[in-house]
Amino acid sequence: MIVRFRGNAGDPPRKDLKTVLAAEQCLKNAQIPGVIEIAPAYVSIVLFYDPSRVVISGANVNRVVDWLAEWIRRAISNTDRNFDQAEIRQIEVPVCFELDSDLDELVRHTGIERQEIINLYCATEYRVSCIGFTPGFPFFSGLPRELAMPRRAIPRKDVPAGSVGIGGSQTGIYPIRSPGGWNIIGRTSLRLFDPQKSPPALLRAGDRVRFRPIPRHEFESSTT
Amino acid sequence: MKANVRRAGFLTTVQDAGREGFRALGVSLGGALDSFALRVANSLVGNDPGAAGLEVTLGGLELAFADDRIVAWCGGAFDVRVGPAKIPAGHAALIHSGEELKIGPAGNGCRSWLALSGGIDVPVVLGSRSTDLRARFGGFDGRALRDGDEISLGENSREASALIDKLRSKRISEWRPAHDWSSPGSAAPVLRFVQGADWNRFDDSTIQRFSNESYAVSSESDRMGVRLRGGQLKPKEDGDLVSEAVAPGTIQVPPSGQPILLLGDCQTIGGYPKIANVITIDFPIAAQLRVGDQVRFREASLSDAQRLLLDRTHRFEEFRRGLSLISDEISRRS
Repeated sequence: MIVRFRGNAGDPPRKDLKTVLAAEQCLKNAQIPGVIEIAPAYVSIVLFYDPSRVVISGANVNRVVDWLAEWIRRAISNTDRNFDQAEIRQIEVPVCFELDSDLDELVRHTGIERQEIINLYCATEYRVSCIGFTPGFPFFSGLPRELAMPRRAIPRKDVPAGSVGIGGSQTGIYPIRSPGGWNIIGRTSLRLFDPQKSPPALLRAGDRVRFRPIPRHEFESSTT
Repeated sequence: MKANVRRAGFLTTVQDAGREGFRALGVSLGGALDSFALRVANSLVGNDPGAAGLEVTLGGLELAFADDRIVAWCGGAFDVRVGPAKIPAGHAALIHSGEELKIGPAGNGCRSWLALSGGIDVPVVLGSRSTDLRARFGGFDGRALRDGDEISLGENSREASALIDKLRSKRISEWRPAHDWSSPGSAAPVLRFVQGADWNRFDDSTIQRFSNESYAVSSESDRMGVRLRGGQLKPKEDGDLVSEAVAPGTIQVPPSGQPILLLGDCQTIGGYPKIANVITIDFPIAAQLRVGDQVRFREASLSDAQRLLLDRTHRFEEFRRGLSLISDEISRRS
């Protein structure tokens, strides 16, 4: 069941994130019977539920969705009052821009010099809008408009873990080695996904993130 | 005890009912693509329904056993044998220590789920024993089985031990579940769907096309999704959508207009318009689709879909009660 806070056409404005995060927290706190898990995206939240548990909890077999919708409406009716800003974390991600990358293509596409791209990219504070695509993959909002660049026409078969990329007006980090169509600009030595850890993902929706450029030797010493 | 993988086949993975609770962190549900088939097979061998078993794609698996085990399988029309004896889908069968189980190629269908009494004992990662092939974790070292692998099995349950005694002479049980539980494939597959979150982005003639024409399963299909070829589906307006949740069963329409039916290993969010969602009780049919199959779609109401699922849940509980009566009776007699 998808709860949309506005239509899903067009670019996601940043203010939706606060609404979504606050509602997510309220929905979690409400412990709606039969709901298995709750996952936020840019302008919506999805609730996965088990209809048989919903019925056991008192819903009419023919009105499972109405029954859940009523719970959801009640849970998010006082969203703003309950939102806890302290939950939002600030995280710094070290990125090496001296490895193989598509930076030259970004220079050609944007007409901005290499160093200036790095400066611009690292001067911005980003927010994690949601996590998806592959485990732990953060979609950041906040990419400076002038750094936007369409995805590659042919996706790469193999993008190394930690690669920082730009795809259209979005930016993100590939947590695991995977195929990918975004333009790679650098790489972090941080491990963004580790299934043996709890929680397994380094980042979560809502986090504030800044990138810090690091030289190649620092990247290499932190990965060995 | 261990079982030896003499031949791993085309693609055989350790799977259970799936990995719930981590979708907000981008972790796929995964698990058996027809988790109901695995639940039924597990019940037949005296396992918890959520125990880990093997998902066998297109056959070719040969397993040698080091102790007595009960096995059962559900899925496509596979030729499964121990020695010369054929094990039909949905029947519990005894494999003696030293014997080999062979799953040959499928006449029809794509996958089968093999439950072994005691379950497959691999570490639980993020709440599940399922293999996440894309992220390379869980299951057997995060990968598909290879020739020569040794898989650890858990202890036989009390029910499994009773079944081992009961099947000592005749090997294969006469009891079995409903045919469509053990062999859900169909020569003319029809998948029922409910309207998707972006249903209204498609005009009437596109909806008509989707509901009336048949779609062919293309060769790029895998555990993430079934790629289909057929009448083009274009939304009324072009333009990007903001990514939001997708789930197994979602049918999304990329710019090519050729729909993709998402399966268990699908990504957690996607940006293509979602025209429909295949209903849960038809996942067993979806998991049997293989290259070249023609599939049709038929609309169902959400309340019908949920009633059908609830009904199956009740019948599954009854089925499990029936099985426990069988093993209780054996225990009393021995």
